[in-house]
Amino acid sequence: MSKVLMKGNEAVAKAAINAGCRLYFAYPITPQSELIEYMAKMMPTVGGTFLQAESEVAAINMVYGAAGAGKRVMTSSSSPGISLKAEGMSYLAGAQLPCVIINVQRGGPGLGDIQPAQGDYFQATKGGGHGDYRLIVLAPSSVQEFADMASEAFDLADKYRNPVMILADGMLGQMMEPVDFKPAKTDQEIEAMGHQHESWCIHPNQDGDLKHHHEINSLEIDPVVLEKHVTKLYEKYAQIEANETRHELYNINDDNEILVVAFGTASRVVRSAVDELNAEGKNIGLFRPITVWPYPYEELAKCIGPRVKQVYVFELNTGQMVEDVKIAVNGKVPVNFWGRVGGMVFTPEQIKEKLQACF
Amino acid sequence: MEVIATRPKSLRDVPFTYCPGCTHGIAHRLIAESIDEHGLINKMAGVAPVGCSVFAYKFFNFDMAEAAHGRAPAVATGIKRARPDMHVFTYQGDGDLAAIGTAEIVHAANRGEHISVFFVNNAIYGMTGGQMAPTTLPDMKTTTSPYGRKVDDIGYPIRVCELLDTLVAPYYIERVSLLSGPDIIKAKKAVSKAIQYNKEGRGFTFIEFVSTCPTNWGIEPVKALVWAKENMLPFYKPGVFRDKGAPE
Amino acid sequence: MKTEIICSGFGGQGVLTIGKFIAQAGMKEGKHVSWLPSYGPEMRGGTANVSAVVSDQPIASPIVSTPDILVALNQPSIEKFAPHIRPGGVLVYDTGMCPDGCKRTDIQIISAPISSLAKEIGSDKVVNMIAIGMVIGRTNVIKYESMEEDLTSFLKERDPDLLEKNLIAIKKGMELGKA
Ligand SMILES: Cc1ncc(C[n+]2csc(CCOP(=O)(O)OP(=O)(O)O)c2C)c(N)n1
Ligand code: SF4
Ligand SMILES: [Mg+2]
Repeated sequence: MSKVLMKGNEAVAKAAINAGCRLYFAYPITPQSELIEYMAKMMPTVGGTFLQAESEVAAINMVYGAAGAGKRVMTSSSSPGISLKAEGMSYLAGAQLPCVIINVQRGGPGLGDIQPAQGDYFQATKGGGHGDYRLIVLAPSSVQEFADMASEAFDLADKYRNPVMILADGMLGQMMEPVDFKPAKTDQEIEAMGHQHESWCIHPNQDGDLKHHHEINSLEIDPVVLEKHVTKLYEKYAQIEANETRHELYNINDDNEILVVAFGTASRVVRSAVDELNAEGKNIGLFRPITVWPYPYEELAKCIGPRVKQVYVFELNTGQMVEDVKIAVNGKVPVNFWGRVGGMVFTPEQIKEKLQACF
Repeated sequence: MEVIATRPKSLRDVPFTYCPGCTHGIAHRLIAESIDEHGLINKMAGVAPVGCSVFAYKFFNFDMAEAAHGRAPAVATGIKRARPDMHVFTYQGDGDLAAIGTAEIVHAANRGEHISVFFVNNAIYGMTGGQMAPTTLPDMKTTTSPYGRKVDDIGYPIRVCELLDTLVAPYYIERVSLLSGPDIIKAKKAVSKAIQYNKEGRGFTFIEFVSTCPTNWGIEPVKALVWAKENMLPFYKPGVFRDKGAPE
Repeated sequence: MKTEIICSGFGGQGVLTIGKFIAQAGMKEGKHVSWLPSYGPEMRGGTANVSAVVSDQPIASPIVSTPDILVALNQPSIEKFAPHIRPGGVLVYDTGMCPDGCKRTDIQIISAPISSLAKEIGSDKVVNMIAIGMVIGRTNVIKYESMEEDLTSFLKERDPDLLEKNLIAIKKGMELGKA
């Protein structure tokens, strides 16, 4: 298929439909509204359900219902709306329901503004709602990757029966880049996928077996039972940590003098600066986590070459992922941080200046 | 030269952020004039919503709070309970009040909270670029109802005055129109009455303004007024739904 | 080769579209492209701008801070972005909308009464196309043929008259760009 020039918000929506998503519930919010608008237009053309909920709280609970019924379902929002979904995400994780949640982040806290930011890293990777749980969190840095992650997110959600979040930002939502779409799943494939969760989901009791009884639930009133349940969740999370970390290496070698870490769109601005400095004879490596939960701690630790003097982290927040980087680096070398906030995006020149000061 | 119209004291000298021909500005003016007339400027507090009127907290010339989307009646409740000697109002759009904030408005009204609520019904989400609102008319096209609002799927538009009129506690509920000069004069009377009742501590007062959004309807301002008269008013009929202070 | 472009003007002048056509044409030519608009309330009657990048290599930052090419359709856009044009870079502007022009001497300035020329061609809508033509005439960021192909597939059935006018406008722009 030939490439099409598309906004991130629309590309991920189209890719989700291609991946077999036939139910989508959401509430408008800038800068993700093109996503809901695309779904409003396209879902009816594939016989899917588009429903504009009365709030993000309602939307995430519609997701809870549809995921409990065993279907591929998605919602999307931007930061303030994701906060409202936090309760529902905790319930989804507790009840082990597969679904995809997209956060096109904007500046916060509170109403903040509508420009790109990465201030929801803690919320996304450390829970966000109450209780002990984890979302699988994917952080795309290009429109192509954003689109590709839609099907990956659904596959991971189904495989682990766990909500998956795609943590994007306003820049990625609004910008257009060429995208190659994977072929759309056929109706038969979707039909077949629709049966994969029938061992636990809500579905018609075809053979009339009176023992058929599935519960979609996160309540365990007996602490002994709840401890077992949460322990089981943690075993699952450990498995995800062991098998599903993703990352990208850029100019990593034994002669790196500085190792830079950045995720999402911020990593692209950083890459421009790294390119320019390397062309001037410096040797800087760039590590980009693609899953931010599970975090690729070990892979990052391996990239601290013998000549690395320090690790520099750049984020569009006041320093959130840097805490995970510090865990990975574990005191081996100093870890530096610089970020911009409020929807302000750093420029390659600014990053260059920060890095130059390290030599 | 005789000055016939000056800025009400209750409005600050800050330019409105509304599109040309938008009725939000008229609603602001009516509220500010009424507050001036009742001499409440020093005892008033307002709560701004999330919507095109999000910056209302900058426009009114007394203390203002900015609430999360839909939560203005809860925030107003908090202010009023903490400062019973002050007079409190909220200013909300249809998405804010009748979608995400439905619980808050119904329960504030049901408690007979001593606040005034000014509700701007333009049948659309203005701020976010023209998505469907709970008040969007049947078959009306918006960016999230590109094939028109299908009432079998998403329901009929919500008539908020009628809904609140089923509750026992509200003191005064009226729907007015901002679509013509004479309508605006009537609207002014209703706003003034709500502020007066608020001043007298009578209870929950609610004014709905049938309004326009030329920008997101994609209709130029003057035609938008005509469109709204023809399409909105038959569904959202102006009138007094409740007035416990009216002479018997 | 990497070309970084900013197009800027009042909301509604179609500057986002200029960027989109350039990105689209670049993509058709097998290049890497990105298109990043300004968004938000400032668009309501205020200024709008877009960063577009066309490159042989994968694009790192899609944000353009030092453009190789600036297309300015109003004076505030010149004030805001022209000081950042790379020395030797190109400024395309509409003399009708930018009365004060630009004082820089270390860049290539191509100006024309774009809005009036569009009226002469017969449609306000072709302002964009004249500007794109001026860019094509002076630089080799995209080819005329890619624009023609793109416009033809898009307008041939729908509005052949506008297609014709668009192509005339691009060619007019190219003449101005070459001059
Ligand atoms: C929790 C949350 N969800 C969504 C939004 C995005 N949002 C901002 S304004 C708005 C709708 C405004 O529409 P309305 O209340 O009708 O006011 P209008 O702009 O039409 O006056 C939405 C959905 C938000 N800011 N916060
Ligand atoms: S978008 Fe609509 S409601 Fe908002 S200011 Fe403009 S006209 Fe008024
Ligand atoms: Mg509205």
